[in-house]
Amino acid sequence: MTDEAPALETADGGVGKVRPGSPPPADPVLSTLHAAAPASRFERFEPGNGPAQDVVIVDRAGYHDLVSAAHSERFDTFADLCGVDYLGRKPRFEVVLNVVSHPMRRRLRIRVGIPGDDPTVATVSDVYPGANFFEREAYDLFGIVFEGHPDLTRILMPDDWEGHPLRKDYAVGSVPVQFKGAPHAS
Amino acid sequence: MAGETTPPGMMLTTLEKGVNWARTRSMWGAVFGLACCAIEMMATGAAHNDLGRFGMEVFRASPRQADLMIVAGRVSQKMAPVLRQVYDQMSEPKWVISMGACASTGGMFNNYALVQGVDQVVPVDIYVPGCPPGPQSLMHGILTLHDKIMDGEIVR
Amino acid sequence: MSDTPDRATGDLEAPIAEPPESDELESTVATQRRAVHEIWLAGTEEPDWVKAGTDEGAQELLPDTDDPGLSIQRGTVVSDDYVTDDYVTGDERQIINMGPQHPSTHGVLRLQLELEGETIRRVKPIIGYLHTGMEKTAETLTYLQGPTNVTRMDYLSPFHNELAYSLAVEQLLGVALPPRADAIRVLMTELNRVASHLLWLATQGMDIGAISMMLYGWREREIVLEFFEKTTGLRMNHNYIRPGGVAADLPDGWEADVERILREVPVGMSEYREILDENPIFLDRTVGIGIITQEECRAYGVTGPIARASGIDWDLRKAFPYSGIDGYEFDVPLGKHGDVFDRYLVRMEEMRQSLRIVEQVLETMPPGDYRTADRKVTPPPRKRIDESMEALIHHFKIFTEGFKVPAGEVYQAVESPRGELGVYLVAQGGAKPWRVHVRGPSFAHVQALPMMMTDSLLADMISTLASTDPVLGDVDR
Repeated sequence: MTDEAPALETADGGVGKVRPGSPPPADPVLSTLHAAAPASRFERFEPGNGPAQDVVIVDRAGYHDLVSAAHSERFDTFADLCGVDYLGRKPRFEVVLNVVSHPMRRRLRIRVGIPGDDPTVATVSDVYPGANFFEREAYDLFGIVFEGHPDLTRILMPDDWEGHPLRKDYAVGSVPVQFKGAPHAS
Repeated sequence: MAGETTPPGMMLTTLEKGVNWARTRSMWGAVFGLACCAIEMMATGAAHNDLGRFGMEVFRASPRQADLMIVAGRVSQKMAPVLRQVYDQMSEPKWVISMGACASTGGMFNNYALVQGVDQVVPVDIYVPGCPPGPQSLMHGILTLHDKIMDGEIVR
Repeated sequence: MSDTPDRATGDLEAPIAEPPESDELESTVATQRRAVHEIWLAGTEEPDWVKAGTDEGAQELLPDTDDPGLSIQRGTVVSDDYVTDDYVTGDERQIINMGPQHPSTHGVLRLQLELEGETIRRVKPIIGYLHTGMEKTAETLTYLQGPTNVTRMDYLSPFHNELAYSLAVEQLLGVALPPRADAIRVLMTELNRVASHLLWLATQGMDIGAISMMLYGWREREIVLEFFEKTTGLRMNHNYIRPGGVAADLPDGWEADVERILREVPVGMSEYREILDENPIFLDRTVGIGIITQEECRAYGVTGPIARASGIDWDLRKAFPYSGIDGYEFDVPLGKHGDVFDRYLVRMEEMRQSLRIVEQVLETMPPGDYRTADRKVTPPPRKRIDESMEALIHHFKIFTEGFKVPAGEVYQAVESPRGELGVYLVAQGGAKPWRVHVRGPSFAHVQALPMMMTDSLLADMISTLASTDPVLGDVDR
């Protein structure tokens, strides 16, 4: 089963100019990354009122190699890792990794699609140790299992909690609020 | 002693008033600041709005030495057993002020992660609304608690 | 316990590992002890007090021969001179729990410490006691309601949360802000930095034992908070910076208030420097304590004053400027050693630089509108609602349904008093965001605590933790 890079739902003709699908020419850094993970796609989001953002969309197989290549390409500062649940889309989950390069003053965003029936992906805490807690949080709240993670346990919810709260099929859990004297519960 | 000329229970009433007065005049709080309300609780204890004039500038770290627990902040599901344990460790008489909207009712976070109102875990005497309540609101709550104690009985 | 996955592979179906066979000769005492141990494990005679506690199973420290997280904590990636591999026997170490209810943990942080006498050998932070499900709540609120939720995450710098969120939404919307809105945002966020650092100074002093610092530190903060209350209506958690601009214009007479802040806060600050800078007790407790190196900062994503105190020259206001902050002159202080004293110096100097920016904003505040003119995004002025049907409809739509943001995803970070505060926003074209993830700086800093605390004394650990300035709302969200 091939893992397709996720289809990107973006606005067309909207405010950001997004060019899907290929490494931008004449950018040596992104070309090196493309060489490390040939199945990756590149995008560039250019809002009118902020700096341009580079996004790499990669499949599960090339994810770890791409991240190691990014680390070698002087994207040595870890910024953020989170999960997203696109319920109703294949692949269902996504892990988004943000890294920063101080010498090049650039940010890079790496997105990897993860199918919902087999939510596993390689860990990057061996490349960026700071991803440790962030991956635990993604496991806790989404159920994405990171292979090779040294301590994959729940971090935010109590240890015996069942379910993964930030999934889209998990209810918010609000209780109906009743005001005293109200004839009907709201 | 109660005799023909004094109404019955007069000695006890004066004793009750005295004990209540003493209880309100040096009520020490247990440290239970959780979130944003804790900052306002610290601000109430600081110099600008001074809790020291009520004898309350000291917040005891050990609940054994405290008689007031101000639950300041949002109580998550993971924190609820801790809250109950700290409350149980306080010795009688003890009072609880639920400070802020999140402690009183769950506040704006009506979701899976918070206990919707700390009165589901501990009995509460005073609810102070606000998000976060300013130092003046908290002080009003504390003084209302003092009034409530002064009017009440010794054995709760 | 059976729900937790096998630790090495994350496999949910792996059976619970059996305790390893003992190589010792069987003695009657050992047999009896093991028998008691087995009964204990079977749960038939477990005393009640164990159940009533906050036992969390998998989050306890594992025996350090098979704690796979230990090598990461100990820094196999970066070399750490202090780590020695020769252990003393297990009898001499004890595991102590600090928190979650503790006066010095800056909120509900729980640290499990393995102590050998007074020396800390291992630290495991356990978080989640303030988890509020804010990211889930954010998916049920419109974009205009979003700042009310996000502002309560890092509750010591609420303006920065709102700013990061609003900037992310504005990037997806593509609206341009009038210069006055940007200038007001800069004014409020820099004053917030001053207030936050003052509070940090107060709590650092209190944790080290300088309790008078706690009482002093609130003095100047009250002046700043009075100005906030006058402008936004609240002392904290303001919900003032919204997508499209700010909620209301600055009140009349704001120049006098800001001038009062610029006059009185530096007086207080110079007093604190006089008390603390050459105080031998303060120096003893902060110099050389809690050192983190530059490589460790980069690897763990530690940013803000901690990274700058270690010498990393990185400030998001200079690197990726936002809200027109590159139009103001200010310097970024750097430290050399990465210890607690350097962080103190960096934060004191950052306060001075923030006041410098505030002075420039005061002098150059542009006139104009305080929010964008795009009526699809910002509600119309109140009196227009009486005059124009269109204004009424816009107001109604914005406050009931909310404005729609075109689909896309964006990551926007600002420099909060604690470090890089980022918001990753995914929009799907509706009136409510699909996913809001806030990258809190304290989450990464709590992760880096073992780097700073291992092999230090217990008292130094308190000082280090205070200097990290964690805000647990940011960590747990």
